[in-house]
Amino acid sequence: MMKRLRSWEGFLLLVLMVIVAVSASTSPQFLTVGNQVNLFQLSIEKVIVALMMTFIIINAEIDLSVGSMMGLSACAFGWMVQQGVDAGLAIAICLAIGVVGGAVNGWFVTALGLPSLVVTLATLIGFRGLARVLVEDRGINAFPAWFNALGQQGLIGPLPFALVSFAVLFVLLYIVLEHSGFGRKTYVIGSNREVAEFAGIDTARHKMILFIGSGAISAFAGLLYAARVGAVRGDVAFGFELDIITMVLLGGVSIFGGSGNFLGVGLSILVILSLRNGMGLANITGNTQTSVIGALLILSV
Amino acid sequence: MQGLLHRVSPQALRLLVLVGVIALLVIFFSSQIENYLNGRLFNRISSSVAVMALVATGQTLVILTRNIDLSVGAVIGFSAFATGSLIAGLPDLHPVLLVLYAALVGGAFGVVNGLLVAYARVPSIIVTLATMAIYRSFLVEYSGAKSIATEQLPQWLTDFPNMQLFSIGDFQFRAGFCAALALVVFVHLALSRFRPARQLFAVGSNPEAAHMAGINAQRVVFTAFVLSGVMAGLAGFMFLARFGNITVVAGLGFELKSVASAVVGGVNIFGGSGTVIGAFLGTILVDLIETSLVRWQMVSEFWREAVLGALILVSVATDTIFNRRLASLRAARAHRVALEKKEASA
Repeated sequence: MMKRLRSWEGFLLLVLMVIVAVSASTSPQFLTVGNQVNLFQLSIEKVIVALMMTFIIINAEIDLSVGSMMGLSACAFGWMVQQGVDAGLAIAICLAIGVVGGAVNGWFVTALGLPSLVVTLATLIGFRGLARVLVEDRGINAFPAWFNALGQQGLIGPLPFALVSFAVLFVLLYIVLEHSGFGRKTYVIGSNREVAEFAGIDTARHKMILFIGSGAISAFAGLLYAARVGAVRGDVAFGFELDIITMVLLGGVSIFGGSGNFLGVGLSILVILSLRNGMGLANITGNTQTSVIGALLILSV
Repeated sequence: MQGLLHRVSPQALRLLVLVGVIALLVIFFSSQIENYLNGRLFNRISSSVAVMALVATGQTLVILTRNIDLSVGAVIGFSAFATGSLIAGLPDLHPVLLVLYAALVGGAFGVVNGLLVAYARVPSIIVTLATMAIYRSFLVEYSGAKSIATEQLPQWLTDFPNMQLFSIGDFQFRAGFCAALALVVFVHLALSRFRPARQLFAVGSNPEAAHMAGINAQRVVFTAFVLSGVMAGLAGFMFLARFGNITVVAGLGFELKSVASAVVGGVNIFGGSGTVIGAFLGTILVDLIETSLVRWQMVSEFWREAVLGALILVSVATDTIFNRRLASLRAARAHRVALEKKEASA
């Protein structure tokens, strides 16, 4: 137990308790259910994508294109709805776009052996470009009422759909990563790809699955964003990739792959969200919040 | 053809291919856009390359050592703002001092990055991801929600980038572009002829071997980051001179564009190989495509980012495949030569 507490996760827990204590004592609203739901709801899309990013980074790869894929999916949805496509069909097509986009990343990484940093840097620019081609400089907002309601109203009590899907995905992906063969392979490939090859693991197929998963979950998160905000523009989710990667790395996941766990990432998400929320309630600007989180990130290594 | 492949070095070939692609693009767009190839196109591209080339050069130095500097965009913004407010307060300051100040501001940020990466041993992608946010928030604090306007700047500064040094026909060579070009050539010469600069390649291609050879890898990586900061600082000066109006979002997105330019220019993202001339040509290629797509009637100007992304993928993919082919070709040739020697002696 003591050993566990002295680990990085223990430190995160300590930081989290301090933040909660300080925020709760300075602002009475902090611990209300409304504020806690709000705290999650405002960054829920990033948090969902961070779950899959954890797999990617443990696998010693990186996916910089997630923010642009979120934007592309949201803009594609908006464009299709505007063209009169049925919203349900449009959602399916958007998820398919995520799968295809992820497969493109995966193909360049596995079949051509290009570094994922370069491939996803290119698709970061490329996917964003496609999003802008679709909506140009317009804003699109005439979504069906049920779609907006899904993003803005509570599904189970005060918990909106996005929060519920996060909870489900968190548990599901936790089991996959830490209690399944697929998860073990993710660690093995991340810590030493050659050894994994010799052990008979199809590393290319594994990486392909992860990139497709990352694309699909980003597309899903993009749709959640469109539903919550109720409108899309070409710059939806711009720059989100850096926040998402920060969440994962602050959770103790090594950028070189092979180590990290869901507990750490979960705590790091809570730390970042409470820190932003608490500082926001104390009237500290967004930029200062970002630099505090940046400093924490450097400390985490 | 094969003989040529053996004689020309892959790096030189890469540069030739880049020049070829640029030429083909110019020819293609000339046939598509009326009145395309004229002095204005050259001016537009050269003044934007003047800023970007400096950043790409600094980025190349860092990438050569197997690192990456994502903070350059924020450094450019800060340097542009700090330089602008200095000259707005002291209009009589000597230009050289102002340029030095810009370099110093950038260098100071580079020192912080370098210390954290080289000596505290934190991976560069993490350090610069964090400092990107931190430096940007310094800028927001420092600016106090104000911005720099062109009217606050002295005449010589805003005239500098448009000052014509000489011209060939319609093509004006302006001071900003020539200064950037001179700096690129200087860094290129240093990298290819100057022994300490060769250490960047040694550290990037094999850190252990470099260590065994007695190279102080930490100092080399540190220096690369400081130089990248200095280059970004100078780019901030150019940015200020070119645009005049500086807000807190100045230089946003330059970090990814500088990495893209370097990679398109053949700088290996895993370190150890690449040239700043290549990165310079990469910068021109990226800018040429962006500028031309805006004017091309056939497609919406919104295609330019999508095309840019595809360009990076295609250029890196062909580069990798081509280099692998070349390596196996050379290996086969070496094998054949060895066999022939054996037969001759037997």
